Amino acid sequence: MSTEKMEKEPLFSAKNIKLLTGPVNLNNPITVQVLGICSALAVTAKMKPAFVMFLAVTVVTGFSNLVISLLRNGIPPRIRIIVQLVVVATLVILVDQILKAFVYDVSKQLSVFVGLIITNCIIMGRLEAFAMGNKPWPAFLDGVGNGLGYGLILLVVAFFRELFGSGTIFGFEIIPHSLYQAGYENNGMMILPPMALITVGVIIWVQRYYNRSLIEEK
Amino acid sequence: MKALRKILDKQKPKFQKGGKLHNLESTFEAFETFLFVPNTVAKTGAHIRDAVDMKRFMFTVIIALVPAFIFGTWNVGYEHYLSYGQHPDFLTNFLYGLGKVLPLVVVSYAVGLGIEFIFAQIRHEEVNEGFLVSGLLIPLIVPPDLPLWQLAIGVAFAVIFGKEVFGGTGMNVFNPALTARAFIFFAYPGNMSGDKVWIADKLDTFSGATPLSKALVNNFSNFPSFHDMFWGYIPGSVGETSTFWILVGAVILLLTGVASWRVMLSMFAGGLFMGLIFNLVGPASNQYMHIAPWDHLIMGGFAFGAVFMATDPVTSAQTTKGKYYYGFLIGLIAVLIRVVNPGYPEGVMLSILLMNAFAPLIDHFVVKSNIKKRLKRAAIAVNK
Repeated sequence: MSTEKMEKEPLFSAKNIKLLTGPVNLNNPITVQVLGICSALAVTAKMKPAFVMFLAVTVVTGFSNLVISLLRNGIPPRIRIIVQLVVVATLVILVDQILKAFVYDVSKQLSVFVGLIITNCIIMGRLEAFAMGNKPWPAFLDGVGNGLGYGLILLVVAFFRELFGSGTIFGFEIIPHSLYQAGYENNGMMILPPMALITVGVIIWVQRYYNRSLIEEK
Repeated sequence: MKALRKILDKQKPKFQKGGKLHNLESTFEAFETFLFVPNTVAKTGAHIRDAVDMKRFMFTVIIALVPAFIFGTWNVGYEHYLSYGQHPDFLTNFLYGLGKVLPLVVVSYAVGLGIEFIFAQIRHEEVNEGFLVSGLLIPLIVPPDLPLWQLAIGVAFAVIFGKEVFGGTGMNVFNPALTARAFIFFAYPGNMSGDKVWIADKLDTFSGATPLSKALVNNFSNFPSFHDMFWGYIPGSVGETSTFWILVGAVILLLTGVASWRVMLSMFAGGLFMGLIFNLVGPASNQYMHIAPWDHLIMGGFAFGAVFMATDPVTSAQTTKGKYYYGFLIGLIAVLIRVVNPGYPEGVMLSILLMNAFAPLIDHFVVKSNIKKRLKRAAIAVNK
């Protein structure tokens, strides 16, 4: 990858678009790289916290990739993890403060998991694997793309968990009252974390069914 | 018999390759081998073969379940009429119970076998036999009034996520019947726990508490006698109440060699052991810790779990020594959960599922220790 070529490249070249869309499906951080599982299980009982978490993680991955990519030539390799952590921690604290200021109730629900974005494997993984060796703009796109891939899975899992566990979507009642009167009940298991794991498993199952290239050779 | 064979032979070409219905090949194969022992012969290598194949093997368990099933069905009716203060004759009780239990059995088999057949068809494999037993076990370990759609979801979950994703019968980590029960238990706790669900359509004023839930809150007034609990005249899941009729099933299983006596015996021993420990160390204020250890074995699902669940040949430990550890720990943990945990009056289901997960580890260490022992022996022989 020569520098001259990169400068001439348009902002949304095919390669850059691929950085953005790749993590959404074929290189998804949760279902393919299996990173960031813990928070995906914890915050997906409802759509609202999942959506806020998606925004928070996307912002942090995007901007931390950008910042680290800008700094990449000045960071001594031996202390790079510390530098990365400082950048990520700063961004996470910013996000946390913004959440507390504007959506306090959701910030309460997410509780410790906003702070734990610092240790989210996706972020460190992308910093190490991509931002340290790429220019700022592609690094930013890669960060946002991974945030989108993470958020997509979060929202899908939260959709099924909230629909079957609470009968609502974003807090609006979806399942009609007549169904409850007919004997329907919400599935308490869907609210418990094990079902999030199983839902993620089903998503991986479906994804691999349609993308045969993802199946490992025996 | 011959007529049946003729019909099957006539239909067979349709289901074989090139036939009209060859998509349903495994369905046909399943029914054929269900009716007739297949006459295939091993072509290579030496195999010791027995006339009893998987289907016959599984059927022995079903026969062993019949006594508990019949008594449980009768007991559903008996408890129902008892809550109204009535004592009708055997047949009335039994028929009432049948009206409650039969739908459970039908739904359990229809959903479970339906999914099994679909998976077999997609994978072009033979239909697994395992669900023959699970399908009857599941109705026996749920309360009689469980809504059928909840049972159906539980069964579907257990068959798909407890069994098929691991590769079908023989590959599963957890006992499918207990997986179904655990799923329903956590998904719809209102219909699976508490004092209201264990008697079918009971009178509201009648206490429907099981001995376990009474004991958990230290309520030992009106506690059922040993006699009642042993013979099973207590509310509870359909097939689990009567220790006596479960033991009859155990005798059938042991005489035919289908189940392992090591697991059963050590599980009872584990329960007794933990009961004794509570007797010795429990504070005097906690009456539950001071009930006789054998009371634990006849309450709730302990006997049923020991005879029909823990002995499941797929999910239990495989080594001879491992079976002792496995059974003992199930009994011990079951009583521990019952007495100490305030959330779950019954611990047998959870302890069996827990030990299912640990069974391979137990086997691993048993095999390792055996290797070590034999190496030592060999080393001594060489040194001499």
